[in-house]
Parts: sequence; structure tokens; C-alpha cells
Amino acid sequence: MITLIQNGRLLDPASGHETVADLYLADGRIAGIGEAPAGHVADQTLDAAGLTVIPGLIDLAARLGEPGGEHKNKLQSELRAAVAGGVTTLCAMPDTHPALDEPGLVQMLRQRADGLGLAKVLPLGALTRGLAGSELTEFAKLRDAGCVSFSQADAPLADTRVLYRAMQYAATYGITLRLRPQDVRLASGGVAHDGQVATRLGLPAIPSVAETVAISTIVILMKDSGASVHLERVSTREGLEMIAAARNYGLKLTADVSINHVHLADIDIGYFDSNMRLSPPLRGVTDRDAIQHALLDGTISAICSDHSPVGNDDKLLPFGEAKPGASGLELLLPLVLAWAEQKRVPLAQALARITSGPAELLGLDAGRIAVGAPADLCLYDPHATWRVMPETLLSSGKHTPFVGMEMRGRVRHTLVGGRLAYTEPGAA
Amino acid sequence: MYNPQLNSHGELIHLLSTESLPARILHQILDRAAGYVAAGDAGEKKHSDLAGKSVFNLFFENSTRTRTTFEIAQKRLSADVHSLNIQASSTAKGETLLDTIHNLEAMGADMFVVRHAESGAPFLIAKHVRPGVAVVNAGDGRHAHPTQALLDMYTIRHFKGDFRNLTVAIVGDILHSRVARSQIHALTTLGCPEVRVIGPKTLLPRDVEQLGVRVFHDLKEGLKGVDVVIALRLQNERMNGALLPSANEFNQFYGLSREKLALAQPDAIVMHPGPMNRGVEIDSAVADGKQSVILDQVTFGIAVRMAVMSILSEARA
Repeated sequence: MITLIQNGRLLDPASGHETVADLYLADGRIAGIGEAPAGHVADQTLDAAGLTVIPGLIDLAARLGEPGGEHKNKLQSELRAAVAGGVTTLCAMPDTHPALDEPGLVQMLRQRADGLGLAKVLPLGALTRGLAGSELTEFAKLRDAGCVSFSQADAPLADTRVLYRAMQYAATYGITLRLRPQDVRLASGGVAHDGQVATRLGLPAIPSVAETVAISTIVILMKDSGASVHLERVSTREGLEMIAAARNYGLKLTADVSINHVHLADIDIGYFDSNMRLSPPLRGVTDRDAIQHALLDGTISAICSDHSPVGNDDKLLPFGEAKPGASGLELLLPLVLAWAEQKRVPLAQALARITSGPAELLGLDAGRIAVGAPADLCLYDPHATWRVMPETLLSSGKHTPFVGMEMRGRVRHTLVGGRLAYTEPGAA
Repeated sequence: MYNPQLNSHGELIHLLSTESLPARILHQILDRAAGYVAAGDAGEKKHSDLAGKSVFNLFFENSTRTRTTFEIAQKRLSADVHSLNIQASSTAKGETLLDTIHNLEAMGADMFVVRHAESGAPFLIAKHVRPGVAVVNAGDGRHAHPTQALLDMYTIRHFKGDFRNLTVAIVGDILHSRVARSQIHALTTLGCPEVRVIGPKTLLPRDVEQLGVRVFHDLKEGLKGVDVVIALRLQNERMNGALLPSANEFNQFYGLSREKLALAQPDAIVMHPGPMNRGVEIDSAVADGKQSVILDQVTFGIAVRMAVMSILSEARA
């Protein structure tokens, strides 16, 4: 079957190439740009006039609530949220109940996700059994079961020897570890960035050194073990400087940030707004500016949603008691567009951070508009505006720092492997 | 900017923090309190400002003095007083904080006086109560203790007359102190030209100078020429460990002694929010000395709390 996407503005973030042309899809891949593949005519046509056609978003970190949330059909609600946000591939965080620490659990998650036919799910395995921080999981078996990397999520890894062994063992198999750089003891008890806002509000603080001390440990162990590491959710200016230096030195070190930290800083906590309770904490304004800068100079190659659905019972609490996290899958694209517009970042460069950038990190043959690439596509209306309302979010988590704000850019269609996985209700 | 403590007429509807309260409101509270003090001196203790109103004291964290003075103030204003001692965290108890509040609202609460271990808890409550229900913060985490700061302002005004030529020093554990934060905001709003904080680096929060204070690490240096000295309570659990090596060393370098107090103005007053650790942050010779106004603070605390609750009960819906 051949699908024709007609009259859309095609934008390939990796090359920056932009053109209004027809796009032909066949066998789950892009088969032709501008002209039909030889000897074929389209069986199905999608009118994309006025829409921008980009590669489907690739999200390095989302929490899908399964295993553990099967009785509430969490996987389905979160993957629906994903395709409604134009996300076609996402990495599932391992901090589930139970943690993703056994091949059987990974296979079950993949089967359930495949059965839904929504976004593609790439599981992240738990780095240690039960994320308890003491025993390594079976990296090689878990990789064969489908894990693309291993992470502790936000669970502490206090024992430096376990970290060191994990890096040596991962290097054996050429596996890149994902590490959230945060020193457990320096961060202990803290709920907000150690700065003027936490001082004013009397919130127990997490100093920037909690991140930089952890990065320095990781960098030193990388040099010794030869491991390659991807740092998750970097949040401080000083941390970014250390990452840039380590990359210049030649270490295989990459990093991502969450979209929340691209836009927000600790001042946005206002009067103890628990929607701003995130992990890592929202840092200072200079940290946020450094993150935006690092996205342009290549120190950070991906922006993730860090999607973490949190229910009312866990969020309508005093700031320090509220569970960290925010829904983000449905906001990732418009928030990246807003960043590009506000900071005059070329659109292709901004979009690369949620398409080709993460694809390259994952070694995926995706994230681009080119003949032969997978037909994972996001078609959005760049002019449509909409307001973030909790009741209209498809995710089971209705809490986001951006509630009530107006977004520009609305996903109309999402295709996964050439098949329509989402069409906005009411869209033709 | 949106201020959850004021209504559209600029009237006080909740007392959550001294931060971002206009000087006009602070003076209104102090003036009203002065009226109750004068009436009390004339033998008129009982008032009817809160007659028919149900006031709930919700102490999610231990307190003896603050709770008692609130209860006395409420009874002097003829309120129906209900005190609940809920000394477990809201989450551990099974019922959420907001469920507790909504249940008490259903019983006809008009005002909540709340103490909670989490900074910001009274803001959450104020955001979710029905219109017309007032919330008074009786201490939240490390964040604020506005009625304590207001009674301190009353005490300073009583003894010093005006704030606009005073130097005030706050000594000790600033990091964990909701009292210090509330005092700093109230003093700067009332026009005090120099507020000093004095303590070791482990007990001062980051960027504290951005609250408008001068930072001193040397007590003797910091006390020179000050008009008001406020010693803060050092919690027992913080006396030995990574923050401080010992209570003894703290007393030697940051404890208020007669010799050190001699560096301040001869007519300087000494204050403490209580309860005191004698021989730790303050020596008995100072606490019981001529310059001490610590017991006056307690007396004025009742009038100030009466003033706050009376003013809150008058706000238009």
C-alpha cells in the first residue's frame, strides 16, 4: 500500500532542508519525495496543506506507568498521549512496579506496547536489581530482550564501587549507561535548588554541587573504565561546563535535558506551586540560560519530555511532600517550538533536539525525512494555538507547570511505520 | 503580582507571611494590637470581635507557647475555639491535609490557625478554602512565622519608637529559622535601614544577603552599635553533627553573653522567640538582665494575635 501525504511543508531537521512537496510512503518507509516511486500510484492520500511534516519525535525519557498500572490501563493512556504529541518512539523509564529488571518484564512491556499500535517503546532496563543500588541486573540478557540502555532513573546509586563495576561491565558489551548525576548525600532531604528562592521560601535545598560532584565521579570512572555514558537531565551551568570539557577531552559522554528545564527556573515556584516540584529541581535563571546555550553548541544533543504522570493525591500536597514530576508528552513539541521562537533558534536546529539528535544517541535509523527512512512522521499546524487544560490532556497525569498557558503548534496527524496512529479529533 | 494574602480591596484575607505585605497592613496590625494592650491595661480584657465565629487551631507540629497564646487571644475575642493536635504528617495519617481542611469547613469553620512542618503548607490550604474562610500561618517549616515576627515588631516599636534609624542583629541558626525570615521581611518593609544576620556559614542559607541583610560571621563585629539583638533558638538535634561540632563551641562564638552584649548600644534591647536554651544561644545573665524584653514579647504576642484575627474577620468577601 502506498500512502501519499500531499502539499505538506517537509522539514528535515538534520539537514535543515525544507520544501513543500508530496511524500510517498510504502512498506512502513519513506518511498519517495516529490515523486512517486517508480510504477506506483497512491492508494491513500492525506492532505497536509498548511501543515509542517517532520520526523516523529523521539523522546529519551517517559514514564508509562507499567508494569504496575495495568488495572488503570496506564500504558494505553500514556502511549495515546505520546502520539497525540507527535512522539513516535520513546524510551520507557525503568522505575516501575516492579522495576524493569528482568527479561520477562521487558518482553511483556514490549508485547503490550506493540499490541496497542501506538508509539514505539524502547525499554530502559534497571541498572540494579529493584533499583536498590547494590546488585547489577543482567545487562546482556536484558539487552537481548530489548533494553536499549540501563538507568537507575531517580533512584540513588550511593555505592561508587557498584557504579564503577557497572561501567566496566557495560563497557564489556559496548552498552552505554544512562546516569542521573546527583550525589545522594549532598541532595539528601532537598526539594528545591539551593539559591535565593529556596532561601526565601525556606525550602530544604539541593546544591549545584550535588550534580557536579556526581559528574566528576562519573568522568573519572569513565576515563578508567572506557565506558560510554549518557547523562540524564543535567540541570546546572557548572555541570554543563564539565560535560563540555570531558567531551573535548574525547570521552564518550552525551547528555540530555528535560523540556521543563529549558523554559523554567526556580523563580517559577512562586508561592509553593507543587506543579514546579521536579527532579532534578528547577535551578537558577543562569542555569536555565546555560542549558539553552548548551543546546545550541551541541553539549546537549537531546531534549526529553521526562514525562511523569502524577495523580492529584500525590500532587495536591505541600511543596516538599508533593511527588516530583510532570506530564510532558503532549507538550514537548509546542514547547520546543516556543523555545525556538522566543530565542530565535532556527526551527530545524531546535527540532533536531527532539528528532535526529536523540535518534543518533540511540543509534536509530529514524528521526529524518529521507527516502528509505522509517515512515514515522508528525504533521502539525504551526499556527494553531491551544490552551493547556488538565481535562483535555490524554495522559493520566494532569499536572504540568504549563497549565493554563497558550501553546502554538498543534499535532494533526501522527504516523508510526506508515500507519496513522493519531488524528486530531475533528481534523480531516 | 497576585498576592494570596490580600483581596481586591487590598484587605488582609489570610496571614501567611510577612513577605509582600504592605507597610500599611503591618502598621494596621500593630496599631490594633496597641488598642488591645491599652484596653487590657484599663481592665478590659474581653472583646466580641470573633463572637459566633468558629476558629480551628490545627497544629500538625508540636507547639505549646504559640498554641496557648493563640487560644488565649481567641477566647479574649469571644471565638468558639477548637484545637486539634495532629502531630503526624498529613500523608502518614491516611487522610490528606486538604481532606482534613474540607471536613472542618463542613463543620462550619471560619478560620484556621495552622502550624505545619512543611514550608508552604498554609499557602496550599489558603488556595483551597472557601471564600471567606481565613488562614493564619502559625509557623510552616523553615518558611514563615508571621505572628511571631509581628509581635517582635510590636516589641521593637514599643521600646524604640520607630524603625527608621535602627540597626537590628539576628543571631544564630538563620538557615532553619522561619522566625528570622519573617522578621527580615517585616523589618525591611517597616523601613529598618540595617538588618544584620550573624552566624557560622553552615547556619546561613545561600544568597541570604539578597533578602536585604548584611552578613556577619563574627558575633563581636556584628553586634557593634546595634539597637536590637535577637537571639534565635538552636534546635537540640543541630547542636552536634555536620552543622556544628558542639553546643559548647557555638556558645563560645555565637552565644549572647554580657561581655559581647556590651558591644551593642548601651540601651540595646535583647529578644528571643523562645523557648530558650540557656547557656547555648543566650546566657542567663543576658536573658534575665535589664536589657532583656523576652517576657514583654510573650505578653504582646496575645494582643498581636488578637489584632491579626480581628482584622481578618473584617475583610469583605
